[in-house]
Amino acid sequence: MVTYEERALDALGDPTRRAVLKRLRGGGRSVGEIAEGMEVSRPAVSQHLKILKAARLVTVHAEGTRRVYAVDTRGIESLRKWLEGFWDEALTAFKAMAEREASRERKQ
Amino acid sequence: MTEPTMSSGVDPNSVRKVVSVQAAQAVAWRVFTEHMGVWWPLAFYKIGKANAVDAVIEPRVGGRWYERGDDGSTCQWGSVLAWEPHSRLVLSWDISADWQYDPTLKTEIEVRFSADGSDRTRVELEHRHLERYGARRDEMRRIYDTEGDWGRVLEAFARAAAA
Repeated sequence: MVTYEERALDALGDPTRRAVLKRLRGGGRSVGEIAEGMEVSRPAVSQHLKILKAARLVTVHAEGTRRVYAVDTRGIESLRKWLEGFWDEALTAFKAMAEREASRERKQ
Repeated sequence: MTEPTMSSGVDPNSVRKVVSVQAAQAVAWRVFTEHMGVWWPLAFYKIGKANAVDAVIEPRVGGRWYERGDDGSTCQWGSVLAWEPHSRLVLSWDISADWQYDPTLKTEIEVRFSADGSDRTRVELEHRHLERYGARRDEMRRIYDTEGDWGRVLEAFARAAAA
């Protein structure tokens, strides 16, 4: 089974798709706005957006007659959780704080 | 072991972690339950739209477990199922595979604290009933269980930087 996270890693293996995603960091854009100044055609950008969307890295919504693409923060967060390990990261942070607190109390 | 470790017996419906903390049991309990907002990685492990500034466990059975945003909003994560100060805590974790609150989900997190010598505490965490994620159980189990290599690298870096 391929998870969304694995799909996202595959999707980000392509430099054009990384460039498309970077262009969305400042906020939502239409396909035309994304393609502007890029060395790939609009249909190619559409195709890349489709793959990014399937990997849950990008969402699309309508603004009047425009279709606006934006970063899917949920997909990005779940990719991060997957990379770092949810409970290991939380418990590592807990351990560090409990030990700081214990050391502070010992000094008092 | 002083780092969180992945247990070798693999139960597809639960994740187990153990961490040994250089702190007395009462201190470990207090930091876990009262100061969760300080140590919980709120920048990423949160569900609300607002920036999360605190994570709160109401200290009683039936209490809510929630995040508080910088705009004053709250987003519930689950509730307290067992509250046994200094030794045992059971929380429901009602966060769906799409990272949304779903009060019907009810996966469970049990945390046990036990003295390990006079100044160390063994903290065991079990996140169970992952079967309640249905078809997305394996995907969620991987997220919860993956060994946090990146987190460890950063922690080692922070330690080195502080030395």
